[in-house]
Amino acid sequence: MTTAAAPAGLRGSPWPAFAARRLARFAVSLWALLTAAFLMIHLVPGDPVRASLGLTAPAELVAAKRAELGLDDPLWVQYGHYVRGLLSGDFGTSMASGQPVAQVIGDRLPSTLQLAVLAFAVVVVVAVPVGVCFAVLTRGGRRRGAELGFTSVSVFLAAIPEFLVAVGLVALLAVGLGWFPVAGSDDVSAYVLPVAALAVGPAAVLSRMVRVELLSVLGADFVRTARAKRLPARLVYVRHALPNALTATLTLGGLMLTGMVAGTVLVENVFAWPGLGSTIVASILQKDYPLVQGIVLVYGVGVLLVNLLVDVVLGLLDPRSAIREA
Amino acid sequence: MARRGSVWAAAVRTPVGACSAVLLAGVVLLAVLAPLLWGDAAAAIDTDAIGQGPSGAHWFGTDSLGRDLFFRTLVATRLSVGLAVLATAIGVGVGVLLGTLPSVLPRWAGRLLTAAVNVAVAFPGLLLALFLAVIFGVGTQGAVLAIAFAVAPAFARLVQTLSASVAGRDFIAAARVSGVGRIRLLARHVLPNIGEPLVVNATIGAGSALLAFAGLSFLGIGVQAPDYDWGRLLREGLDGIYVNPVAALGPCVAVVLAGLAFNLVGETVAGVVGVRTRASRRAAGPLPAPRPAAVAEPADDAVLVVENLQVAFPGPSGWTVPVRGVSFSVRPGEAIGVVGESGSGKSLTALAVSRLIETPGVVTADRLEFAGTPLAAASDRELGTSLAMVFQDPMTSFNPARRVGRQLAEVSEQHHGLSRRAAFARAIDRLTAVRVPAAARRARQYPHEFSGGMRQRAMIGMGLMGQPKLIIADEPTTALDVTVQRQVLRLLARTREAEGAAILLISHDIAVVSQTCERMLVMYAGRVVEDLPTGSPAQHPYTRALLATTVDLGTDRDEPLAVIPGRPPEPDQVPDGCAFADRCPLASERCRTEDPVLEPTADAHRVACWHPQVSVLSGRSQEEGAA
Repeated sequence: MTTAAAPAGLRGSPWPAFAARRLARFAVSLWALLTAAFLMIHLVPGDPVRASLGLTAPAELVAAKRAELGLDDPLWVQYGHYVRGLLSGDFGTSMASGQPVAQVIGDRLPSTLQLAVLAFAVVVVVAVPVGVCFAVLTRGGRRRGAELGFTSVSVFLAAIPEFLVAVGLVALLAVGLGWFPVAGSDDVSAYVLPVAALAVGPAAVLSRMVRVELLSVLGADFVRTARAKRLPARLVYVRHALPNALTATLTLGGLMLTGMVAGTVLVENVFAWPGLGSTIVASILQKDYPLVQGIVLVYGVGVLLVNLLVDVVLGLLDPRSAIREA
Repeated sequence: MARRGSVWAAAVRTPVGACSAVLLAGVVLLAVLAPLLWGDAAAAIDTDAIGQGPSGAHWFGTDSLGRDLFFRTLVATRLSVGLAVLATAIGVGVGVLLGTLPSVLPRWAGRLLTAAVNVAVAFPGLLLALFLAVIFGVGTQGAVLAIAFAVAPAFARLVQTLSASVAGRDFIAAARVSGVGRIRLLARHVLPNIGEPLVVNATIGAGSALLAFAGLSFLGIGVQAPDYDWGRLLREGLDGIYVNPVAALGPCVAVVLAGLAFNLVGETVAGVVGVRTRASRRAAGPLPAPRPAAVAEPADDAVLVVENLQVAFPGPSGWTVPVRGVSFSVRPGEAIGVVGESGSGKSLTALAVSRLIETPGVVTADRLEFAGTPLAAASDRELGTSLAMVFQDPMTSFNPARRVGRQLAEVSEQHHGLSRRAAFARAIDRLTAVRVPAAARRARQYPHEFSGGMRQRAMIGMGLMGQPKLIIADEPTTALDVTVQRQVLRLLARTREAEGAAILLISHDIAVVSQTCERMLVMYAGRVVEDLPTGSPAQHPYTRALLATTVDLGTDRDEPLAVIPGRPPEPDQVPDGCAFADRCPLASERCRTEDPVLEPTADAHRVACWHPQVSVLSGRSQEEGAA
């Protein structure tokens, strides 16, 4: 449906109830995330500080570090400190570098966001036209060969995880042909391979989705009306069919964005990209728990926000989805 | 449960299923045999061949200790596949536990668990696995547990959904009534019935776990040296990618192939479980030759001439022909009604004469002319301006995403070359002409802000953007209530007078047609069986039966409603003789073997029947027709 459908939804007023319910769910999920991140450091078997500083570290240092992290306080006191700290923007201090975790995140987050947002844009820009083309070419059971080819290729591409695509691209285009740098993010050409690696799979999935959605819209009555007006085919597809096929596309697009958040972790490690993904892996290997905790929170909140956004946008576009949930 | 074996067998018989099954068998075989056959070769250190590229001796090259990477990739199959299957098995186990516990636990605990699963499902699996890897520790064991617990919430959700659908079935209710305990109910009745989809999903899940495990090992969080799986080999290969890209690509290909094998086998089985029969859409052979159906009707100045029109669609077992030889013509300014039960081919006829049947449908006719030119050769401008369409459902026939005025204006922008502004002004003018109140404001509104009747008037207005010679209205009032229905019919009649347009009104409602039209075509099973002036006595038994079923305020309510016994034949099962013979009280042997042709019986009256009732009818049906 369209933005124009929103007022009708408001009049029926499932919208405020829907918003309240959805926000409550966001709050609960956020609390669960905070608590899980907090408990993580306590669920690690043995003494996290000993594990982090190494077996050879002197006992006094370990004790001092424990006191500094407040690990000797009762659990609920620590929880209180932790939540209060988060509210004031204090994510703790990295055990490895001594830097504030918030600062590390602030340094690294923009690179990751750039990657994710660029890849998402590429997915949309590529997948929508490709999906439209194949929907038009294969409508009404035409060109079975093209349909089969499109489906097999997109299924295959969607099945390869992004880090394997990344390795393949590096081997072929960076090492083999030397077109792009292997690693780093110094100039524009360095963005090409990581973004492509992140975008290939989701683009395949989304273009398939666009095709299926568009095919079902092409069977709608109003498309027949447009044809009865003897409009040129391109206007029938672009002006009448496409806008009505985008709701479902948008939903899936949003969900793919959360998948991409996870995808960046691996792709960043292939390309030594200076983002959160390479940082979290390094800090897991170094057992730098405060830093891991902080980055886990950032990723988690990102996922929750994307999910919230998708639901809200979907509710605005299609009031029925809000009602359906009630 | 006996079904499962046949389902897996059926999946393997499809081409994709067979390929993926062979692939999966190969992967499993390699996992079992490779370490036995090449374990030593893969571990052999050769200091003379350190970090070499691919060669005849070492297909994938060698690593930093001179070990052969091809053999290492093969041998790594066991660990890679084994760990993935192990992680999936644990994950499915935990998932089944988490998914079924809520039905056994106290209510509050069950809810809490369900809520926790719902929160966890929202996070991408890899993020969960990373988080859990911190808790379970870096290394093979930690990674197995991390992946297992990362996939568990999804399986818990699946089990909940599946058992909810099973719980509604009769045999569960029966077991519950007979006093079976909750745990026993779960173990004996619910779980066995969700086993099949669970196994299918676990197979697909094993493929994903394989990829995830490769990911963790690649990051250095999974398998640690001296052990190695594909992810570990990939990590080591990537370091030397400038020297030997194959070292990284080899394990990549292995991961993709193995992942695909699991995925495809699962997907194929899921497809077979879901869709049991797949209709082949290939058309069988050439179009059937139409039977002679009508004697040609003289037409000189007709707006629309249709001779022996046939509409066919390819089906799984040959052509289906829902319109079988329809002939009629429409003179300028004439109003013709087309009546018949649903499925009689009325709407397809309307779409065919307006050139709106799309592939794979095929339209053939001896003559099909609009305004003197063959329809196939008519220009879009000609059709767009002089052939107006009004469709059945005004709710769905407008584009919900565009303003009504713009949807009208399009016609003039496209065919009259008007500017956007001028076209919109004309749209407002036309909306006024079809009595849409406050047309200037209404034109800027979206279709959902219009009532049904108003939308149908706007649809007629859309046809009036040009100078229609013919208005084809396909059940224009069926979706509207009675008072609005009358307004729309009156508008059609007025439009016909004002514009001199002919009308082809398709309806299943004889009363509507007899009010509006002077001639009526009665369709049955894809043919015109009678063509008569409205009001004149019907001669075909079907028309007479149809007239007898019409109800109005004068109908005696104590009498049972008249019905025509039986059903019309399916379009792909039309008999050789008259299609109505099976339901006809007058049917003779000839009716069952020979198909009657539509022939003139009186002035302006054609009938396709071996036993037309030419005598003057007595009783109600005749008056009904005249009403």
